[in-house]
Amino acid sequence: MTHPVVPIKTYAAVFGALLALTITTVAVSKLELGEFNFVAAMTIAVIKGTLVVMFFMDVRRATSLTKLIVGAGLFWMAILFVFVLSDYASRGWLPGPRWF
Amino acid sequence: MSTYLPFARTEARTNYLNADYGWKSWLFTTDHKRIALLYLFSITAFFFVGGAFAVGMRVNLLTPEGIFAHDTYNKLFTMHGIIMVFFFLVPSIPATLGNFLVPLMIGARDLAFPRINLLSWYLYMIGGAIALTAIVKGGVDTGWTFYAPFSSTYSNTHVILTAIGVFVSGFSSILTGLNFIVTIHTMRAPGMTWGRLPLFVWGHYATSLIQVLGTPVIAITLVLLGLERVLHAGIFDPAVGGDPVLFQHLFWFYSHPAVYIMILPGMAVISEIIPCFSRKALFGYTFVAISSIAIAVLGFLVWGHHLFVAGQSMYASMVFSLLSFLVAVPSAIKVFNWTATMYKGSVSYETPMLYAFGFIGLFTIGGLTGLFLATLAIDVHVTDTYFVIAHFHYIMVGGMVMAYLGGIHFWFPKISGRMYPEGWARFAALIVFVGFNLTFFPQFILGYQGMPRRYAHYPPEFQVLNVMSTAGASILAVGYLLPIIYLGWAWRKGPKAPQNPWNAKGLEWEQSPTPPPTYNFETQPVVTEPAYNYSGESEEVGIG
Amino acid sequence: MGESEATLAVHEPDLKHHFDDSAQQFQSSTLGMWVFLVTELMFFGGMFGGYTVYRNMYPDAFASTSHFMNVPIGAINTGVLIFSSFTMVMAVRSAQLGQKKVLIAFLIFTLLLGCVFLTLKYVEYHEKWVDHHIPGPGFQYADTRYFHQAQILFFLYFAMTGMHAIHMIVGAGMLIVLISMAARDRFTQAWYTPVEMIGLYWHFVDIVWIFLFPLLYLIGHTK
Repeated sequence: MTHPVVPIKTYAAVFGALLALTITTVAVSKLELGEFNFVAAMTIAVIKGTLVVMFFMDVRRATSLTKLIVGAGLFWMAILFVFVLSDYASRGWLPGPRWF
Repeated sequence: MSTYLPFARTEARTNYLNADYGWKSWLFTTDHKRIALLYLFSITAFFFVGGAFAVGMRVNLLTPEGIFAHDTYNKLFTMHGIIMVFFFLVPSIPATLGNFLVPLMIGARDLAFPRINLLSWYLYMIGGAIALTAIVKGGVDTGWTFYAPFSSTYSNTHVILTAIGVFVSGFSSILTGLNFIVTIHTMRAPGMTWGRLPLFVWGHYATSLIQVLGTPVIAITLVLLGLERVLHAGIFDPAVGGDPVLFQHLFWFYSHPAVYIMILPGMAVISEIIPCFSRKALFGYTFVAISSIAIAVLGFLVWGHHLFVAGQSMYASMVFSLLSFLVAVPSAIKVFNWTATMYKGSVSYETPMLYAFGFIGLFTIGGLTGLFLATLAIDVHVTDTYFVIAHFHYIMVGGMVMAYLGGIHFWFPKISGRMYPEGWARFAALIVFVGFNLTFFPQFILGYQGMPRRYAHYPPEFQVLNVMSTAGASILAVGYLLPIIYLGWAWRKGPKAPQNPWNAKGLEWEQSPTPPPTYNFETQPVVTEPAYNYSGESEEVGIG
Repeated sequence: MGESEATLAVHEPDLKHHFDDSAQQFQSSTLGMWVFLVTELMFFGGMFGGYTVYRNMYPDAFASTSHFMNVPIGAINTGVLIFSSFTMVMAVRSAQLGQKKVLIAFLIFTLLLGCVFLTLKYVEYHEKWVDHHIPGPGFQYADTRYFHQAQILFFLYFAMTGMHAIHMIVGAGMLIVLISMAARDRFTQAWYTPVEMIGLYWHFVDIVWIFLFPLLYLIGHTK
């Protein structure tokens, strides 16, 4: 509330970028890129999400505490993903306990 | 500077208890102190419901053949676990003592969101009512851990209804945590820096972090479980392509940090009691504060130790085992600091301090046995035996419940304006300690010798220890009933308490009347000294 | 009542008694909403986690289900939600400038776009119903090799998009409340906190969709 008002141009530019990125991600999905399809789609999604967070949710100008909270949330989701997926990924790497 | 009024004034002074009368003034209150009392009564009621199931279990275990059918016994231990975990332990200290004391301790007039606080209580009651309905309709038999595919496909008990009850009460927990986090960040009185916060507040802050970050995951897990029970799409059912271990991952991602939700507030209470009854500042304030946060963070990285024999990869198990060792470190740091606080202090043995002593000893035993369980090779032998049961009961009951009782006694004068009878209270504490150890120590031996948990019948060679355990439980029950009686009596008929009967440091004792007025303070406190300033030193320049 | 004499002599409107000043109240509201959004992130995160696990376990089955996802509707819906985030942030901006009529207009616009989203969602769900792709006893799948795995994917599809839709509906309800408040002149340039807070919530729901769309609709679509 103490922030200066954001010009409409900025919001419109972000809006335009988000639409463009959406079109891009649909277009890229039609190409045969193997595993890169997933990487591309996720990268674009992350960029879009970042634009919304930074500009529409104004985290760009927010307090350090707000940024810390956003970071913590993402970090905690990462904990869930990394540890669960590492279990599935590493099944069979090491032998299980033997009874003899 | 502490102000010490020798006696509270007579009822002419308006405090939060007599500020308004009538059921509406209680059920529609937004005063955090009244909400704390609403919680206190409902949580106590659930404690005895959960205890009743325990009584059923222990009576059944008096003989190898038992008296209940297997299915009934399954329901007994399931309901005991669900009620105790979700409707007693998780809310206990935060919703009662936390709600009452956090604003007082930081010099605020209320929590940041008083109406959300009231909503929390209603959600708790609604969730509890739903769970009780499920019980009345026949209960659940899946174990409080709701493992799939039994819970999702094969059990024919009221899984969905119970899950809804837990889901709703989970939101109560989330909102309480949210309230505390915001309050502690934004509503500290002038001069109340983070470095001067009572460790009770630090402990509740750490607890709130876990509540906010962990509870949503069990919420969604229960949603998926409920949907699966209806649709049988197979998300957790191996017969149709699902993975039951995924359920366990998602379940324990919350439920392990949940045990830290349960213990951190207990540690927070101990951190207040020990300095007061040692007449000495808490040793290693910074270490204890950081340890609370460390426990909250590290607690999220260890849940796989519940999946050691579930089919989790060996690699992941080793990582979780190592991290489980690490998470013991901050707890140990706290125990060392509490002990160091007492060293060369002027220790007295009022009831809160007796419970604190009990806590330190029993929590240490429970915590150390946790290390045994974190050791992969040992866990393979003792997992799903009574060793695990003894381990977590030492921490939850020997630790947490004792801390809860200690805190109730410590702040009883502040909350009620009356003193409790010290003789009876010490006697009850002793009964609790003896009863507790007689109940649960034999279970370590039972587990080590191989008696599995959740079994209605057992081989005859285990009977002696089981009988000891049940005998201990009956003593423990007496120990829990006694405070209900004498605290209930003292609330009405006890001698009026002075503002600060323990001569304790802290804004809630020194600057708020006993009992507090609705808005807690006559004038907003300004903090100029460090926490636990029992030696009366002024703060060194540059700290805090 | 026990209210402190040391509080401000002028009692600002919309300042709740337990706060010292508006800045503290606003800080609390903002912090509270962000903490709540973190809980929502973890809530959806559990489902995204489950989805990822099964994707990795059954890549071919999941790729086969992409054919049955309505990409045009999904893409339009993505655009609709992005547009609604734009109108929402414009609404907050107009509240900041004290422009009551513009504020109401943008709030209504956001609400309408949300309704468009939900309508298209309904169309999609109906399509799935007709195709017998709703998990449960009536589920059918053309490629019998992947019957069970596809059912798991559709289960997750409905769970994730359904949960998202529920959040949209709640958001729509909040927008109606905001419109009504704005119409009654409850917002001033000094205090429009609810608009900003609901805005944060709305953007979060948009972000969830930004990730749902490629994961559920686009990946594997080439095969």
